[in-house]
Amino acid sequence: MISARDLTKHFRVHRRPPGFASALRSLVHRRYEDVKAVDGVSFTIERGERVGFLGPNGAGKTTTLKMLSGLLHPTSGEVSVEGHVPFRRQASFLGKITLVMGQKSQLIWDLPPAETYALNRAVFDVPGDRFERTLAELTELLELGPLLDKPTRQLSLGERMKCELAAALLHQPTTLFLDEPTIGLDVAMQVAIRDFVRSYNQRHEATVLLTSHYMDDVVALCPRIIVIDHGKLIHDGDLRQLIKTRDPDKRVSFTLTRPIGDDELARLGALLVRDGQRITLRVAEREVPGVIGRLLGELGAADLAIEDPPLEDVLRAMFGEQRRAEAEAEAEAKAKAKADTEADAS
Amino acid sequence: MTAGRTLRALPTLWRIGVAESLAYRAEFLVWILTTTQPLIMLGLWTSVARLQPFAQYSSADFVAYFLAALIVRQLTGNWVAWQMSEDIRSGAMAMRLLRPIHPFVAYAASHAAAIPFRTIIAVPVAVILLVGSGSSALTSDPLRIALVLPSIALAWLITFALLFAIGALAFFLTQTMAIANLYFALYSLFSGYLMPLELLGPVAKLARWLPFRFMLSAPVELMTRTQHRDDLVRLLGGQLAWAAITLAGALVLWHRGVRRFEAVGG
Repeated sequence: MISARDLTKHFRVHRRPPGFASALRSLVHRRYEDVKAVDGVSFTIERGERVGFLGPNGAGKTTTLKMLSGLLHPTSGEVSVEGHVPFRRQASFLGKITLVMGQKSQLIWDLPPAETYALNRAVFDVPGDRFERTLAELTELLELGPLLDKPTRQLSLGERMKCELAAALLHQPTTLFLDEPTIGLDVAMQVAIRDFVRSYNQRHEATVLLTSHYMDDVVALCPRIIVIDHGKLIHDGDLRQLIKTRDPDKRVSFTLTRPIGDDELARLGALLVRDGQRITLRVAEREVPGVIGRLLGELGAADLAIEDPPLEDVLRAMFGEQRRAEAEAEAEAKAKAKADTEADAS
Repeated sequence: MTAGRTLRALPTLWRIGVAESLAYRAEFLVWILTTTQPLIMLGLWTSVARLQPFAQYSSADFVAYFLAALIVRQLTGNWVAWQMSEDIRSGAMAMRLLRPIHPFVAYAASHAAAIPFRTIIAVPVAVILLVGSGSSALTSDPLRIALVLPSIALAWLITFALLFAIGALAFFLTQTMAIANLYFALYSLFSGYLMPLELLGPVAKLARWLPFRFMLSAPVELMTRTQHRDDLVRLLGGQLAWAAITLAGALVLWHRGVRRFEAVGG
């Protein structure tokens, strides 16, 4: 189980404008700013859950994962993972968790992955027979056979990520923190990694907390999502419910078999995309049966598909609203401060 | 990680350290040829003392001194400060922190593993030359001979712990290359790397108390019959004291520093 209460992390960041003079000035005087990377985030994740952790760049996702995995000390707040305080990094805690970062490698760069596996076996004190069994299982599931004795530096990105996952799971952790595990991978490899994570979660009842910029990863893997923006939690709940609440309209896509003008299409729903003969409309859920009937009947449409709105669109709208709300609050605060100053002056 | 688990992991850490040392053959050969500066100093100082002893050092004394210094330097040199600084600055330290073994042990095992291979040519050659041409200046005292290896081991530990502490400063300063370079300048002067400590003049007394002496000069003093015969208890006691101080300092700096780790980069 993972629990975070009022989890906060501030970083002290050195600010310097570009230019030679400012570089010289920074030698004698430095301007620092406190950046709230994570600002009072609270949530609980039960054992075996798969949770997507979403937010725009710089929202605080990776910082939160690093606090949960014990790499960073929180500035304030409480955090507990499988009954441990992560930043103490006790051996018993490190043996239960793993952190996979798509942009960081734990594989020894100049040696084949098999050497990293041997190293992990030794430091995690995995018994020999269990190690052999787990490695054989991971080798089969991730198709690692031909990769084990190739130097890591000569592996492709996808091959390296598969080897990385195996290295992270050899000690059979029960909590997986996955930070962009499919970044830079092709679609087939993304699907393979997703299938593997889902299967590992089911076989080991492992808790999975996933961040990814590929919404397909999140939709395919995570029934629940936590959304943060500017370090604050703005949503925690069921993924489908979020989509349904934020944008209940369906996306109806089809291919035209005869020319139909935009005006006629607009009578069916809001025209979102017109790409040659391929059309996507936004249609209110209750009107979908009627629209489909017309499309298939009098309009002769083909290749019809009905989908929920893409998660990207829902999130973009959420973050847009968040920005507007923040801007309004800031403007209101400024106006109030100005009014107070004027009142004091008079 | 318990001591038992750490001990069980050591052979694998050592084996992987060896594999890493041998990964690049050309670099490995070049590395073997580095840290041979004592040979340059040997040439310089033997020519100074060719006609008559210099500050009581004969040409044979200099040969013995610098060959012994070469052996100690080859066996104790390491680059952990540079490696840690880079690991902290780039965020690569994150992956080390996720393994249940103290990074001091992990780095130490990896560096210790490189020693036999780094010294595979230089040390046997130096030993042969030392016995052949400088034997008259070598100690024949069995006690001193017996203490040479423990003294080299302590010199290694002090050097490693001091460089580990400098590496850990990167948690506070991000970039510690300049400090590591300053360290090397002080080490070169005060360890006996460039010249025997007796030749330092007014600062020789100070040098006898600094940690640098116990990182190189101490085992060399044990091996060679220099004019200044130290009390063995003081020499080994000094090494033990500096090993304890540098080890404690390194671990305290690590413990404090790791709280500030920002795990940058991804």
